[in-house]
Amino acid sequence: MYERGWRRWAVLALFLGPSLAGLLVFTLGPMVASLGISFTDWDLLRPPRFVGLRNYRQMLDDAEFWRTLRNTVTFLVGYIPLVTVSGLLLAVLLNSAIPFRQLFRAMYFLPVVTSWVAVALVWKWLLNPTFGPINDALRSVGIAGPAWLFDPNWAMPAIVLTSVWKDAGFVMVILLAGLQGIPREYYEAAAIDGATRFQGLRHITIPLLAPALTFCLSISLISSFQVFDQVYVMTNGGPAGATQVLVERIVAHAFSYSRMGYASAMSWVLFALIFTVTFLFYRLRRGHE
Amino acid sequence: MRPPSPAARAVSPAASAPTLAPARPAWRRRTPWRTYLLTLLALAGGLLMVTPFAWALATSLKAGGALTELPPRLVPAEPTLNAYREVVSRFPFARVFLNSALVAVTTTVGQLAICSMAGYAFARFRFPGRDALFAVYIATLMVPFAVVVTPLFIIVTRLGWGDTYAGLIVPGLFSAFGTFFMRQFFLSIPRELEEAATIDGAGTVATFFRIVVPMTGPALATLGVLSFMGSWNSFLWPLLIIDDRNLMTLPVALSTLQGMYPGQTQWNVVMAGTVMATVPTVLVFLLAQRWVIEGVAASGVKG
Repeated sequence: MYERGWRRWAVLALFLGPSLAGLLVFTLGPMVASLGISFTDWDLLRPPRFVGLRNYRQMLDDAEFWRTLRNTVTFLVGYIPLVTVSGLLLAVLLNSAIPFRQLFRAMYFLPVVTSWVAVALVWKWLLNPTFGPINDALRSVGIAGPAWLFDPNWAMPAIVLTSVWKDAGFVMVILLAGLQGIPREYYEAAAIDGATRFQGLRHITIPLLAPALTFCLSISLISSFQVFDQVYVMTNGGPAGATQVLVERIVAHAFSYSRMGYASAMSWVLFALIFTVTFLFYRLRRGHE
Repeated sequence: MRPPSPAARAVSPAASAPTLAPARPAWRRRTPWRTYLLTLLALAGGLLMVTPFAWALATSLKAGGALTELPPRLVPAEPTLNAYREVVSRFPFARVFLNSALVAVTTTVGQLAICSMAGYAFARFRFPGRDALFAVYIATLMVPFAVVVTPLFIIVTRLGWGDTYAGLIVPGLFSAFGTFFMRQFFLSIPRELEEAATIDGAGTVATFFRIVVPMTGPALATLGVLSFMGSWNSFLWPLLIIDDRNLMTLPVALSTLQGMYPGQTQWNVVMAGTVMATVPTVLVFLLAQRWVIEGVAASGVKG
């Protein structure tokens, strides 16, 4: 910036002004507001009433909240290892000397670019207990398939599987970039020193892939706390609340039951959870290095 | 072509001996059965990814009665386009499609302009509080959308933007990630050209648009792809802010095709809608594959 005096500020305002205004009005402002609203009782019709920590205390006594938290954790515990391992497998496959790699990469990435609503609808139909091809395939090998989205025990696993199917290609692309960034000379040098294949994996691939893996894990950690689209379309929280998750409940409390205070309090608990878990994750990672 | 590092040259005999095939360590030497096995595995993975799309297409071509055949068959016995006609009668498909396109294109163009200018300010300008402000931008990356969604909804409806394009577009124009991404890009390009332009008497604005923007192509393409995909597939916000059927975006309109109760859903119609919404996305992806995949990979390397 080479201008002087008031022109300097005018240039700065031109470049940064729109972005800063947007940040204030559509992110920072709403954040402060939501924290404030979380200490009130507000149904949007009457003016908000200050209730202190009541919303947060109420959450502790609310069986629905604990079930929601448990469901979210169930999703996370199923989704993260599965999506990471399947993404890693696909990346390793594409990094090996096989033909048609471009074509396979495009196939694996197809679900990533498709909208969640479309994917959720397709899988809802695939998982149809009577007429869906999945249970039909199971029937043909003599297994009576579960009712999937209609069965409280199977609805969450079904959503996890669908999510893994959709996101594996994303993890694959990140890890493939990581794998391709490892110079081949390292493996050659190791081979000359008589290293086995497993030692190559253990001492070259895994340590050098660590940054890409860390990125994938933290992204999937943050996104699985916020799972919403697939749940909304596939089960809307059912059956019997078996797939109610945090964001789904926040949206329901705010926009179906008009409980703005309670919804905001829950969203700050979500924020605190994401923050804490991400922080612990990075601390743990650093401890390993 | 990247020359091997001196260290590798010292230890690798392949680097000194002229060979046509690239040097491969002993365990990686191509053995046919291994290649066949890996290709077969890759193909199995590919089928797993593509079959659901094929199933959706097959279902969309079936008549309502064919949905309840047991065992279900992949290829419809009597293919029909009735389900597609039904989709068009349920909601104004062309209109909804154009809504999605309008919102995604405007959001992307706006985001590119706003983020690149802000990113440039953070990369090149000196002003008090710059680094603290940038830290605030980074911090907001961690804030879940659920935290801001309620007040955001209230603000946007109070602005009178409920059920308007403005309500769909304006909140999406600002991206802390995009600002961060563009800043990193500007930091990576040399300053000399900009300095030369200044010596020739060009102001900051002229320098930015004439010298800097033309060099920004790859970064803009990457960010553009990411923001277009994000906007095109966005669901929660359009679901909340739009009631008017004529202003719905594709994902929202698709979600209305489901019946309210189980057993009420006409799956051939739902799948026809899904196919209609997905085909353009897939075509764009196949055409711009390189940019899309590089964009996603770059977000990982930079992030």
